[in-house]
Amino acid sequence: MADSKAAGGFIGNLGKIYGGYAGGFIVFTLILAVLEQMGVPNKIIGYCFVILTIGVYAYIGILSRTMDLSEYYVAGRKVPALYNGMATGADWMSAASFISMAGGIYLGGFNALGYVLGWTGGYVLVGILLAPYLRKFGQFTVPDFLGTRYEGNGARLCGVIVLFCASFTYIVAQCFGIGIITSRFLGIPFEVAIFVGLLGILVCSMLGGMRAVTWTQVAQYIILIISYMVPVVWLSTKDYGIPIPQLTYGQALQEIAQFEAKLGVTKHFTDAFTNAQGQFTWTEFNNFWALVLCLMIGTASLPHILMRYFTTPSVREARTSVAWSIFFIFLLYFTAPAYAAFAKLEVYQNVIGQPIAQLPAWVQNWSQVGGLLTIKDANSDGILQLSEFVINQDIIVLSMPEIAGLPYVVSGLVAAGGLAAALSTADGLLLAIANALSHDVYYKMIDPKASTARRLLVARGLLVGVAIIAAAVAGTRPSGIIQMVAWAFSLAAAGLFAPLVLGIWWKRTTKIGAITGMMSGFAVCLFYLVMTRYAPETFKDMFGTNLWWGIRNISSALFGLPVAFVVTWVVSLMTPEPSKEMQDFVDSIRVPRGVVAGAA
Amino acid sequence: MAEKLNAAQMQRYWTRTSRLMWSIFVLWIFFSFVVPLFAVQLNTIIIAGFPLGFYMAAQGSLIAFVVLCVWNAVAQNKIDEEFGVHED
Repeated sequence: MADSKAAGGFIGNLGKIYGGYAGGFIVFTLILAVLEQMGVPNKIIGYCFVILTIGVYAYIGILSRTMDLSEYYVAGRKVPALYNGMATGADWMSAASFISMAGGIYLGGFNALGYVLGWTGGYVLVGILLAPYLRKFGQFTVPDFLGTRYEGNGARLCGVIVLFCASFTYIVAQCFGIGIITSRFLGIPFEVAIFVGLLGILVCSMLGGMRAVTWTQVAQYIILIISYMVPVVWLSTKDYGIPIPQLTYGQALQEIAQFEAKLGVTKHFTDAFTNAQGQFTWTEFNNFWALVLCLMIGTASLPHILMRYFTTPSVREARTSVAWSIFFIFLLYFTAPAYAAFAKLEVYQNVIGQPIAQLPAWVQNWSQVGGLLTIKDANSDGILQLSEFVINQDIIVLSMPEIAGLPYVVSGLVAAGGLAAALSTADGLLLAIANALSHDVYYKMIDPKASTARRLLVARGLLVGVAIIAAAVAGTRPSGIIQMVAWAFSLAAAGLFAPLVLGIWWKRTTKIGAITGMMSGFAVCLFYLVMTRYAPETFKDMFGTNLWWGIRNISSALFGLPVAFVVTWVVSLMTPEPSKEMQDFVDSIRVPRGVVAGAA
Repeated sequence: MAEKLNAAQMQRYWTRTSRLMWSIFVLWIFFSFVVPLFAVQLNTIIIAGFPLGFYMAAQGSLIAFVVLCVWNAVAQNKIDEEFGVHED
């Protein structure tokens, strides 16, 4: 893989290579299962999963090292649609999807399905509005497109600012997830665990850039999808005799409803738009659609996803690749509600109503990870009541195998999957940030004469720097994973969606229009987020209320988006029409074949 | 490199592409917002244990999204080939 000839052989044999790899991973898991039965302690099994999988990623990362710019930034533009789909899947599914989403559904019931909808439907927008056209444009980064379409470094810099804020928020959440897993399975303190995980991120991306990240992400997708399926398929088979949890959890939902009646739960799992008391409210209704909208638009605005479509060999492959991406993502997302339902059923069956003194060891183990699980005998009867069992959404997926009494090897497997999800997304994000800073800021704006070696050196230095800062911020535990990720989506949506879409679909969009639109939309979104989250009470009172129409700040883009579109539209009409050359340029990116005018 | 499309062809090509985009866009709105927002009403129907509103938000709409993306890829490729602007 070190030279281009060998890389050709590598591309040709992808099926064999990854097929063998998946088989090897399954054999490895089975060996550990046997070892567990022979009495090897849990701790060793946890170590094996975490260390061996990171070792494999590091190996791929080192094999894919490169000193070629096109390889470093866009994997040489030869990633076939299917594999780009898998890599996008891993890039996409982060700690939030893998670790927290099913937990969110477990706690929130129907209302949390907004995440399931919002994190899939956005690909329709990517496919019809953006991916093929960005691929035709064919440069290295998303700000590259803004800088070319809106003629100059002003738009480019605005793009970099939005990209940085959104991606950095996102990556902090991933570091947090990596910290939880490594802390629990290696048995080290959370703050140390974050930096151990950081090494795992850096070995994948530092030497090989996009090329290394692409091929590790394919490997990570395979691990994460296997490990997500195993516990649910197991429970589905155990409870209902059919290994297709996505079909059988209807029965689990019915059993949950019976337990809810028995335990006196007023907020039913499947009831839509209910508040904590189980009553329908318009606030929940509005927050649901607002969240779905923000997540979907955010999907179509996040640079680490959009830049994956720069790596396919053609425009046609970019489109096909979007379809593969959503298919691979769909596999996990339509399983997540099943995961939540089975977890809920297990808790009702095996945990609630048990004598607290007899609870198994997992309770003890998880209670030690930063207060994410608490059990308090409030009425001192020695029996665990529903209200005495408080579990954080970020550990439900990871602890479910133990709750259900599955062998520990399944827990190790799920941990490896969660780690794959968090690492792959962190890598993609890190690369998006470092590429924007090194390519757009350093090369395009500061030193256009920089040599290739110097550009790659700067890119790698920035990569390490950003990673360390992100890990340090994550160490302060700023918020829950899923909230931080949702903020990232809102920031990206408010700042980038309007200039990207209008830049392709409305020729009249002008440079000034796009810049003012981008900045005002982003500012409104950021203002709402910061004000509702961090502002002191007196400041909040100046605006009369904390939340505008009860919309939570995870959907801040709801206010930023319309502002971005309206400002772009009005200012564009007030400023002179873009030049003939620019309009020809827009025409040229709309058609798959033909020269792109204006792109050097 | 094939000859470039003239202005009229370009216009027609883009009209067809836009029409495809809007068709999918409308269906996207339907499955993203219209269906899930009637969840309360749909939940009164129960199929194989699933309240229908819950099922649509958890699986049904997702399947529709996958189909929409595949449809977009196939239909747009056809348009490209018809206008001779597909890549070799």
